[in-house]
Amino acid sequence: MGAAPASRDVTSYGMGLAAPLALFFLVFFVAPLLQLFWLSLHNDTAGLHWGLGQYLHFLTDPFSLGVLGSTLLLGAEVTAVCLLLGFPIAWLYQRVGPKLQTIIILIVLLPLLTSVVVRTFAWIVILGRQGIINATLQSLGIIDTPVKLLYTQFGVVIALTQVQMPLMTLPLITALGRIDANLDDASCSLGAGSWRTFFRIVLPLSLPGVIAGCTLTYAAAITAFITQSLIGGGQMLFMPMYLYQQASTLQNWPFAAAISIIFLLAVLAVVSVFTTLGRMSRGYGGA
Amino acid sequence: MSGRKRTWEAISFELVMTVIAVIALVIIIAPSLVVLIVSFTSGFSLRFPPPGYSLRWYAELWNAWQLHFAAKNSLIVALWATGLSVTLGVAAALAISRSRTLSARLLDSLFMSPLVLPALAFGLAALMLFSLVGLPVSLLTLVIGHTVVCVPYVVRNTVAALAQLEPTLLESSAVLGASRLYTFRRIVLPLIRPGIIAGAFIAFMSSFDNVPVSLFLRDAATDMLPIRMWQDLEGKLDVTIAALSGVLIIATVALVAVMERVTGLSRRLTN
Repeated sequence: MGAAPASRDVTSYGMGLAAPLALFFLVFFVAPLLQLFWLSLHNDTAGLHWGLGQYLHFLTDPFSLGVLGSTLLLGAEVTAVCLLLGFPIAWLYQRVGPKLQTIIILIVLLPLLTSVVVRTFAWIVILGRQGIINATLQSLGIIDTPVKLLYTQFGVVIALTQVQMPLMTLPLITALGRIDANLDDASCSLGAGSWRTFFRIVLPLSLPGVIAGCTLTYAAAITAFITQSLIGGGQMLFMPMYLYQQASTLQNWPFAAAISIIFLLAVLAVVSVFTTLGRMSRGYGGA
Repeated sequence: MSGRKRTWEAISFELVMTVIAVIALVIIIAPSLVVLIVSFTSGFSLRFPPPGYSLRWYAELWNAWQLHFAAKNSLIVALWATGLSVTLGVAAALAISRSRTLSARLLDSLFMSPLVLPALAFGLAALMLFSLVGLPVSLLTLVIGHTVVCVPYVVRNTVAALAQLEPTLLESSAVLGASRLYTFRRIVLPLIRPGIIAGAFIAFMSSFDNVPVSLFLRDAATDMLPIRMWQDLEGKLDVTIAALSGVLIIATVALVAVMERVTGLSRRLTN
């Protein structure tokens, strides 16, 4: 810093300004996570006997592995549906005038800022035995008795899709906005049809946005404790509830710590796969 | 798009995309509308459409002291967490935004990591730390926990605002003899203020709505609104919760409208 010319110096601030937050994170974020890791390496609740017992327990227990598997699968399903529904929104956004653009953005944005309990509660009203879907189907005479929608995988996926859709749509809107509109026209005037132009030009060029959206949606969907527990009910168990039960109800902290670490690693693995794909796609998009 | 031939192929593409987009937008907005309508029911159930309309559940809400208590706690924690996030986050953003050093990039990743890591795991970890050092759960522990998960929003929005700041402005100010502090107060701060406010707003909303951290760091004496609502919904389907949801939806719409005016929130989140 001292050697830098004065003209550069005035445009930047010293790293010291980051020290308070760095210290805060060290004490209240890094230290707790390290302690969590430390406790997960113990075989007893008091934390006296070192060992990998908790991890062995999880990784050899079909029930625990099932919970992990269904959580990761749930994330994949929600991400796929969000992408399928979110991409056309982003596409439509680029096609309409500024007024409609603002309306679309506000429609996408509002749920993101509305309480997640409220949004989940709405799905209980919609999917319930007396809910809109059942009432409509019954009045149309399609079904006689209410269909079970609440407490099913379908219900959880549709509710989570709505809850997480903004996280997918916003990066997609940003990515599509950066694509040169002339490319689209060029492709079409050279004889490629709209579908072909979409899959060969627009989709590849928007990959950075797709990957950013998928990362956020996936990470949010698998940790969405409230929606999973209220729409899934007691029969369906996912990692966040499993963790909470072990920690709170059963007070089995070392096992809960091991679940947390395994869950953390699973999320990190998924995020780093997405990040690697993102780096590759940026190279592709720039080529 | 002007010179394009309107072939069947092009029409089919636009039709499919538009239909899916409209369906998706309806799926996004419908649940909030449904809750709003149901909250005005005159009946005792969440049947849709309601048998009749009244304000009885809003009146009921007036007397729900448990919800009042939880809402008060949530508000206090959200205000403190936002204040702390802005103080720590803006300072950190100033330090890392214009620096290309490795340490700046590492700090940036560290400050952003609470957004991706499962907050539930952090909540449990924080509870363990507080119980190890003998700090009982209280509003203080909640404020600390919430600040960790809310500060990324402030840092991200402030860094984005600083990135759009013309360095020449700062240089001109310095050349004209202004001190660093004066330049900061008169040039930098006014220009990045909308970004800071947008970040603070999102931080506030996410603290007020936080479940995973509160789940571990609260107890009966420090009940939080989202947890109270969740537990009420686990037990029974209470129409009072619909009225409360109505209040929260309307408050959110109003706040977003104000923020859109003050900070251009929608542009910030898509750039």
